[in-house]
Amino acid sequence: MSQPLLEARDLTKNYGTVEALRGASFTAHPGEVVSLIGDNGAGKSTLVKCLSGVEQPTGGTLLFDGEPLVLGSPNDARDLGIETVFQDLAVAPDLDPAANMFLGREILKPGLLGFLGVLDKKAMRKQATEHFTRFGATLQSIDVPIAALSGGQRQSVAVARSVAWASKLVFMDEPTAALGVVQRERVLDVIKRVRDEGVAVVLISHNMPEVLSVSDRVEVLRLGRRVARFKASETSVEELVGAMTGALTQEDAA
Amino acid sequence: MTEKTTMSSLPDEHRTSFLKRVAGANTLWIGLVLLVLVATFGAIRPDAVFQVTTLQFLLAETAVLLVLSVGMTFVIITSGIDLSVGSVLVFASVASAMAMNAVSGGDATNAGWGVIAFGLLVAVVSGAVWGLLNGLLISRAKIPALIVTLGSFGAAQGAALLLNNGSNVSGIPDRLNRTFGSGTYLGIPNIVIVAAVVTALGALLLSTTRFGRYTYAVGSNEEAARRVGISVRGHLTKVYLLAGTLAGLAGFMGNAFFRVAVVTGHETDNLNAIAAVVLGGTSIFGGTGSVLGTVFGVFIPAVLEKGLVIIGVKEFWQPIAVAIVLVAAVWLDQTRRRARNQR
Ligand SMILES: Nc1ncnc2c1ncn2[C@@H]1O[C@H](COP(=O)(O)OP(=O)(O)O)[C@@H](O)[C@H]1O
Ligand SMILES: [Mg+2]
Repeated sequence: MSQPLLEARDLTKNYGTVEALRGASFTAHPGEVVSLIGDNGAGKSTLVKCLSGVEQPTGGTLLFDGEPLVLGSPNDARDLGIETVFQDLAVAPDLDPAANMFLGREILKPGLLGFLGVLDKKAMRKQATEHFTRFGATLQSIDVPIAALSGGQRQSVAVARSVAWASKLVFMDEPTAALGVVQRERVLDVIKRVRDEGVAVVLISHNMPEVLSVSDRVEVLRLGRRVARFKASETSVEELVGAMTGALTQEDAA
Repeated sequence: MTEKTTMSSLPDEHRTSFLKRVAGANTLWIGLVLLVLVATFGAIRPDAVFQVTTLQFLLAETAVLLVLSVGMTFVIITSGIDLSVGSVLVFASVASAMAMNAVSGGDATNAGWGVIAFGLLVAVVSGAVWGLLNGLLISRAKIPALIVTLGSFGAAQGAALLLNNGSNVSGIPDRLNRTFGSGTYLGIPNIVIVAAVVTALGALLLSTTRFGRYTYAVGSNEEAARRVGISVRGHLTKVYLLAGTLAGLAGFMGNAFFRVAVVTGHETDNLNAIAAVVLGGTSIFGGTGSVLGTVFGVFIPAVLEKGLVIIGVKEFWQPIAVAIVLVAAVWLDQTRRRARNQR
């Protein structure tokens, strides 16, 4: 198999006395869709936060392209081409979708105005509109605050924002949770298209048919540890559920 | 093919019309309230209200509060608060007056522009230092802004009293007073022009620059701002630094206007500035607001006060009237937010 793009070994993360991760490992290869599944509280979101620089693990190591890596801040991950759709979305509700898409990456006007920090709102709105259309976030209006959108639309905006900037890897923490059937299909479609462009996708989802249909591989987290790994084509819903609940364990998974 | 068409037609179709957006904004309504107030007082006593000296005095008195309120707008949009602005104003005012006297052999009354420029520098820098202190304690030490600025509210006032043993400082250069205190340009007091320029720059900074955008983002969702790589701590520090610097400038403007650095009379500047900002449609919960709204918010209490006096109503009604408008403004904001968050 190819060299892993991103690898986590024996990560631990404690919040006070809560051990959210207890030696979790995780692997993502370039250009693959890998699903990360597990029961509520298994540590999936915590793992994603550790791998996107939002939280610093208490222990363990990270490797990127085989090189040891320390993610001190979200910027470190972004600089490597890693983007994330967080479970809580992490959007600014008072800003419009375009402002959210370009948050932290604003386009400035050319020349002196840009030097003074003046935004090129028109350019950002134009690019954002094109991007949202391409990635299936249907919005009636591009300049209303995110807060005025439905939960599904907000989620679509967060997904579109992440894939706009990711060049290597996207984490999507339950990106389909608030979506209707049509929107859900669209997100899955986005995942496939991003994968086809060579960007790896890590999908977190509780929907097993969805996981099996879109992923190349599946990794299972239980009580803060990786307990099983599967090829999506060689496993079944029953097997995945078994691994999640602890009815089934693999020796070599950790 | 169809996809292409949608794409190119999107920008126009999907943009809410300008009128619709303006009508939906609090700013428009609060501006109308101000207009109605002026019209009402004007209809009752046109002779007194539309008198040049009345308007000049109203504007000049409000100029200092306006400058404080511009800084407060940024702070409140980050969902913070700054109770220290009035005390910082007093400190900067005293420090600046004493510094001008010190370099003029004890009395700066006849001092020239060099001394005046030095006085301005001292005022602005001393305001900036208090602002920086506020910002660092709030963003690095993670002490709530309410507590930090309650502390500097007391500390800056105390320090100002210590500087000159609790007395006002006289000896403000005549030249400063003549030009910026009582001088006018085309009938507009120069101090008002200074305040207007500061306000316009503040409005541009907030609405057109990256600094402004980050101010909204931090107030809207601090964690989201952090996760897209914005230095939230650095930005908060800068915002409180800006508020302190403007308070310092306001102190210098006060010196020019009153010809003396007064150590009392600014105890409620902080509350007046907060009221102006909130009246102007800036959400006390952060994330939304505008400098234009703050301009209206500054003038509503001022117009009420002057207008009630002119039409012969006891001016004691003014704080009551302001209180009613203020509570109504926040209530409206909250209702709007609740409706929005239920989606
Ligand atoms: N910030 C936090 N503080 C304390 N405990 C936390 C925090 N974040 C997560 N946890 C705990 O860590 C465990 C794993 O949570 P999480 O990673 O969100 O699980 P999942 O996403 O798999 O449902 C849970 O027991 C949760 O309560
Ligand atoms: Mg989770």
